[in-house]
Amino acid sequence: MNPRRKLVLLLTLLGVAHLVIACGGFFAPYDPTAQDRDRPYAPPMRVHLVNSAGHFHLRPFVYAQQLREGTFDEYVSDTSQPIPLKFFVSGARYKLFGLIPIRIHFFDAEGDAPPVFLLGSDAYGRDLLSRTLYGGQISLLAGLLATALALSVGLLIGSLAGFFGGWTDDLLMRAAELFLALPWLYLLFAIRAFLPLAVSPLQAFFLVVILIGTVGWARPARLIRGVVLSAKERDYVRAARGFGASNIYLLRRHILPQTWNVVLTQAAILVPQYVLAEVTLSFLGLGVPEPAPSWGNILSSLQQYSVLSSYWWMFLPSVAIVCFFLGYLALASALQDVADKSKI
Amino acid sequence: MSAFARSSPRYLGKSLFAAVILLAAWTAAFLSLPLQSQSRNNQSEEFLSLSGETGHAGGRLIVSLRAEPKTLNPLIAGDAPSRQAIGAMQADLIHINRATQLTEPALAKSWTVSSDGLHYTIKMRQGIRFSDGHPMDADDILFSFQLYLDENVHAPQRDLLIVGGKPIVVRKIDFQTIAFDLAKPYGAQERLFDGLAILPKHLLEQSYKQGKLDQEWPLSVAAAQIAGLGPYRLEEYVAGQRLVLERNPYYWKTDANHARLPYLDELVFLFVPSADAEVIRFQSGETDIIGISRVAADSFSTLSRQSRGYTMADAGPGLEYNFLFFNMNDLGAKASPDMARKQKWFANVKFRQAVSLAIDRQAIVRLVYQGRGAPLWGPVTPGNKRWQNTSLTNPARSVDAARNLLSTAGFNWKKDSSGESSLVDSSGAPVEFSIVTSSSNAERTKMATLIQDDLKQLGMRVQVVPLEFRSLLDRVLQSKEYDACVLGVANYDADPNSDINVWLSSGSSHFWNIGQPKPSTPWEAEIDQLMEKQLGSRTFDERKRSYDRVQEIIRENQPLIFLASPDILSGTKNTIGNFHPAILEPYVLWNVEQLYLRASSGSARP
Repeated sequence: MNPRRKLVLLLTLLGVAHLVIACGGFFAPYDPTAQDRDRPYAPPMRVHLVNSAGHFHLRPFVYAQQLREGTFDEYVSDTSQPIPLKFFVSGARYKLFGLIPIRIHFFDAEGDAPPVFLLGSDAYGRDLLSRTLYGGQISLLAGLLATALALSVGLLIGSLAGFFGGWTDDLLMRAAELFLALPWLYLLFAIRAFLPLAVSPLQAFFLVVILIGTVGWARPARLIRGVVLSAKERDYVRAARGFGASNIYLLRRHILPQTWNVVLTQAAILVPQYVLAEVTLSFLGLGVPEPAPSWGNILSSLQQYSVLSSYWWMFLPSVAIVCFFLGYLALASALQDVADKSKI
Repeated sequence: MSAFARSSPRYLGKSLFAAVILLAAWTAAFLSLPLQSQSRNNQSEEFLSLSGETGHAGGRLIVSLRAEPKTLNPLIAGDAPSRQAIGAMQADLIHINRATQLTEPALAKSWTVSSDGLHYTIKMRQGIRFSDGHPMDADDILFSFQLYLDENVHAPQRDLLIVGGKPIVVRKIDFQTIAFDLAKPYGAQERLFDGLAILPKHLLEQSYKQGKLDQEWPLSVAAAQIAGLGPYRLEEYVAGQRLVLERNPYYWKTDANHARLPYLDELVFLFVPSADAEVIRFQSGETDIIGISRVAADSFSTLSRQSRGYTMADAGPGLEYNFLFFNMNDLGAKASPDMARKQKWFANVKFRQAVSLAIDRQAIVRLVYQGRGAPLWGPVTPGNKRWQNTSLTNPARSVDAARNLLSTAGFNWKKDSSGESSLVDSSGAPVEFSIVTSSSNAERTKMATLIQDDLKQLGMRVQVVPLEFRSLLDRVLQSKEYDACVLGVANYDADPNSDINVWLSSGSSHFWNIGQPKPSTPWEAEIDQLMEKQLGSRTFDERKRSYDRVQEIIRENQPLIFLASPDILSGTKNTIGNFHPAILEPYVLWNVEQLYLRASSGSARP
């Protein structure tokens, strides 16, 4: 496929995926922290169009799940009790894009019917679909913000080092090596230990973003330095300098534009890495605290052998992570292809 | 207490001689001694015959421990794995039967108590030998109690042996009779002797004189240097992997057919890193019994679902109680204004009652223990029927009643920007606090998460902070920097004296306000009095009356907000006979001498 068309396709796909997550409140039927204490570890419900008697229904429906008497987590589908799905219904309040308060949800069961768990429920009877969508908001936003932070710092330091050379270069690059060598997980443990006992989910979120962002600037800085180093020796840059152009002008007009390819490719590589970093931190209990969902803390219950071996649907959020990861990596290679082609 | 290194370990151990070459000669000289002593007490052995199912001799039992024992020395052992190992190697004079929860003769053949309750006279079994073949006599008993009572030994058992402020006096009356004199009557009576192992004087005297008892009997001790009166003796220790015990050929119990116990030739403790590793080992058939430490309910159901050749057992609610408490310590000038404001809420009894009313205990039992547990409103669990105050009724959960209580206590509700109503105190500050829990204890973290959601309905904003267990204890017991905490206590005995440190206002485990010089509230003073009173009462009824009142006061004042008590869960391969888990520790190994391997017919290994 033509690299440019491939790039457009990937950007569209990722754009749609991000839009779905960004409108998570709309697609999620329930509040991600709402507990249904009578339905822990309910398995995913199947959506039907044909009922047990073989009749076709235009409106999709699910069957209610009844807890088997005397058990904790064994459910039986009650085929006598179909729950039709309604679309664009009013439900729990949420804020679209964190700003606009509305109540409309994409789907839900009708009225007083039992909740619909398309991806099953967790240990507290919370809807895993809602948690995955809301969790994605936190995890992806953390990835994007941390990438923006790391790239800004990397761009600044990389271009300064490459442009000025000499001891500035030495100093900045040694600092970058130091950062690459840091055992950042332990650093995070140490920093967390210094903070107050209870941090709110918002504080914890920004702590994670700032930490993984500042720790990650070194690699892009080194790459950008390389580009700047070669760009500043180009004839047209020397010529501009000869005409009396200032350093700022040179950087802005001639050198930084040369780095965009590297920056974009790095961004496409860093975003999924940072999403994974957030997942790792939350898995270790250092990320966003319960009950707020993030992909990491949703998956952290898999640390328990009993969950791992008994409730397969608890793995489902990891499917979302894998898809995003692959999408971003494909984007990175498509960007690379386009850049290579434009060079020729 | 599971939350803590238990304050009074149950078995006392032995100490070891520093293995010096010089000692070899000394030991050789000692070897002649058994012959001499034997001629002195020339009676036949007085066995204790156990009723119940008889089994076959032979075989090996493998069980897992979640951590490596730290020592085999009962005089210093504080950790649960050490106590488990020591429990299989040592014996006491009078023992609490874990199944009946009543006392029964052990090394003591019989005992009498004087009418004033101050003098106990114990007749010991004759012809008993330590696991190295050396005869036991009254001097060993005197020596053992001397060690427990010696302040320089720092034995954790010492506190138990101080009755009425004075140490118990131990006297030898004749070669088979020992008298114990108490300064005041002791409520729990002969239960006192449970877990006090009788130690071999011939092995420990020298290091006692040198003041080196605390170095005796590490796990690496040579098998010849350690002896006990329990069913097993040391065979081999492989660091980081296993502790192997072999049958004590001199053990003093027999089965109903007069065959000498124990049945099994070897008892192997495997060290595994975690509870999950324990489950996997048991599932794969590597271990024979699971449940040395209570099996978690979710592991229990995972194991039950895939049962292959083993049977899981639910012994009912144990003695463990889990609770939420607030920081009511007097922090003095150390307290920040923020903390001072919070402590004002915490000190308000209506606030605590409201929190208690809002907590959904049934949900805790269902979601945390998968229904294998009991909701709790007091420290006495349903497993402890003898001491429960049955006149107290358990209030139903009611968020409305809790809200009423809060508004009479001066709290209000305010709508915040997002439209949620949040609770504010009389000065208008929002009610926000954090609950610390142990990050390694998934059950308690889950409880805290449920409580968080319950209290949201009262408008309280609660954060759950899982902490590594050591730093949690440090915050709660030392620095006192926390708002609220979910913790648990697992009693080793059903008697109220076993957790007296929690209730006395001066106690080191008086969690909500530790080690007060004098009781800071009238109700804590009353509890102090009642606990002292029951300690000195002679009849069960008198003690029960006092303790019933203690339960009433606790219910009224909610210093600890009780949550739930888990069932004691365990499992065994179908090939193991006489497996009868108890709700008192050691849950599954209390009758280890009677456990046996059935003929292979029952083994359905996949």
